[in-house]
Amino acid sequence: MLGGAFLTMSAIIEIDRLTHIYSPGTPFQIAALDSISLDIKKGVFLAIIGSTGSGKSTLIRHFNGLLRPTSGKVRVCGIDTADKKQRRNLWRSVGLVFQQPEQQLFEETVLADVAFGPRNMGLAEAEVKERAHEALRLVGINPQEAARMSPFHLSGGMRRKAAIAGVLALKPQVLILDEPTAGLDPQGKQQLMQHVENFRRREDATIILVTHDMEEVALLAEQVAVLNQGRLVMVGPPREIFSRVEELMAIGLDLPAAARLMHQLRLLGKRIRPGVLTADEAEEVIAGLLEEALC
Amino acid sequence: MKDVFIAAKDLTYIYRRGNAGGYKALSGINLTVKTGEFLVIIGSNGSGKSTLARHFNGMLKPSAGSITVAGMDTTSAENTWEIRRLVGMVFQNPDNQIVSSLVEEDAAFGAENLGLPPEEVKKRVAETLRLVGLTPYAGHAPHLLSGGQKQKLAIAGVLAMCPTCLVLDEPTSMLDPAGRMELMETLIHLNRDMQVTVVLVTHFMEEAVLADRVVVLSDGEIALSGPPAEIFTEIELLAELGLQLPTALKIAHGLRQRGFSLPLDILTIDDMLAYCKNVLVE
Ligand SMILES: Nc1ncnc2c1ncn2[C@@H]1O[C@H](COP(=O)(O)OP(=O)(O)OP(=O)(O)O)[C@@H](O)[C@H]1O
Ligand SMILES: Nc1ncnc2c1ncn2[C@@H]1O[C@H](COP(=O)(O)OP(=O)(O)OP(=O)(O)O)[C@@H](O)[C@H]1O
Ligand SMILES: [Mg+2]
Ligand SMILES: [Mg+2]
Repeated sequence: MLGGAFLTMSAIIEIDRLTHIYSPGTPFQIAALDSISLDIKKGVFLAIIGSTGSGKSTLIRHFNGLLRPTSGKVRVCGIDTADKKQRRNLWRSVGLVFQQPEQQLFEETVLADVAFGPRNMGLAEAEVKERAHEALRLVGINPQEAARMSPFHLSGGMRRKAAIAGVLALKPQVLILDEPTAGLDPQGKQQLMQHVENFRRREDATIILVTHDMEEVALLAEQVAVLNQGRLVMVGPPREIFSRVEELMAIGLDLPAAARLMHQLRLLGKRIRPGVLTADEAEEVIAGLLEEALC
Repeated sequence: MKDVFIAAKDLTYIYRRGNAGGYKALSGINLTVKTGEFLVIIGSNGSGKSTLARHFNGMLKPSAGSITVAGMDTTSAENTWEIRRLVGMVFQNPDNQIVSSLVEEDAAFGAENLGLPPEEVKKRVAETLRLVGLTPYAGHAPHLLSGGQKQKLAIAGVLAMCPTCLVLDEPTSMLDPAGRMELMETLIHLNRDMQVTVVLVTHFMEEAVLADRVVVLSDGEIALSGPPAEIFTEIELLAELGLQLPTALKIAHGLRQRGFSLPLDILTIDDMLAYCKNVLVE
């Protein structure tokens, strides 16, 4: 009993046998999610990975009530996402950056676009402005310039950044990002993810990141959930997930490049400690091997 | 010497921004792409990559300077059709490319417009949809596909046109690792075995190292141009330009700083593995 109460308190998202079927009863029926159960703890940095079409975007759309379960249940911050009356409360707590969010920019200036959400929350104008400026700076856009720029005059990656700023400005308890760094340049990627991590620590927020970038997963995620054809096939910390090489490859995924190199060296018979995921770690391992071989 | 396929001379492009005036997105670009070359364009967000790529099939016309494709000036309207036939373009945003309510019709659109016989179009589309793994979705609605599936559809449509030159603007940004690798293999195959000229815009440095030549854009100008082995020695400059080294080069660089001397032609994880094998196993 006590254990149950503790669990519900620490899990900010509870997914219980969630199934989602698109276009049911038509020839195009697709079971995009198949009986998924998962508890996501408050304050965690969770990465969701899986091949093209495996159901990642479908899953996270359940977290802010955008989609309703065909069967099963999703509770976020204690709210049943199927409960229409609780919608506003749900939206207050959960910020979702869509895959290709740049499609949703519509205001006259970039600044107005970023300020739209906080203003809509009913915050005081000074607070709205402060939040919008802060969020823009976080994604590397100059707020002064944003006040003059139309979102339609931005490049693809810049538009993506503006859209992300719009959600960061809401300071949500649960921040969900669907492939946020696709189309960002390498430094922009790294900076954005660092800011997201800082935001998590500062606000004790929960981060859910959908990504195809295994390096990103290795660097930041505490937990990884792996989807394949609508099923949840693995959950665990990155070092554990990335040790299951064959299984990952079989479902269209990969290791971070450094980990792949370590894996191939092991296949050559080299003894390498487990859990090497980054370039720095791999450099150290290889330096050790070279020293040994050259002495 | 190989023929010149695309030649940009002092190419400048200015976007009009209503009452905000004009914005110079490209200035004084001089660049040639040779027939059969595999060229990669990299550069930070807003550096002008898409603007340049859109000049390669005549979608944008220079504000100053000139650009020719297969010897044809892109500004004369009579060349437009022939240029579009030769140059197949995959745009950055797959949603802007959906033209039909059916996946197989959408993939057929470009090839049909070339005036090919319907059976030939059908055959090609079946083949390219299979190549990208979308065969089960042939009868579905494109706008309901997942992000990566839309991107694959755009690629299938352009491949079905069998163009002489492929221009792809971040075609792998939403693909899974296997899909990304498969597309790179397809591009390399088309380039090496079918002499297709390839221009690839990307933020993945792992893709850039596979090119014959890499062009780095910065603020609408060419900051660097050369074979990957040369470009990726400019570590500080690349960092200044918002770019980074691919993992294999990061590791190689780190090892050199520790005093090991490694060959300069290590670009990929496979190269690094081959080197380690050489030193550690033999
Ligand atoms: N609105 C929809 N109507 C019908 N089918 C859909 C819809 N949205 C997605 N699908 C299908 O459901 C499956 C899962 O799609 P989803 O968008 O969740 O995948 P994903 O894991 O996010 O993929 P990607 O990595 O390409 O973004 C796919 O087969 C897709 O074609
Ligand atoms: N339609 C437009 N109107 C006005 N300015 C534009 C327009 N499109 C792009 N620009 C500006 O031109 C510059 C270059 O944009 P471009 O889209 O070529 O960049 P890019 O290198 O492709 O960037 P990304 O990596 O983000 O796709 C940017 O500063 C951008 O703001
Ligand atoms: Mg998706
Ligand atoms: Mg672009």
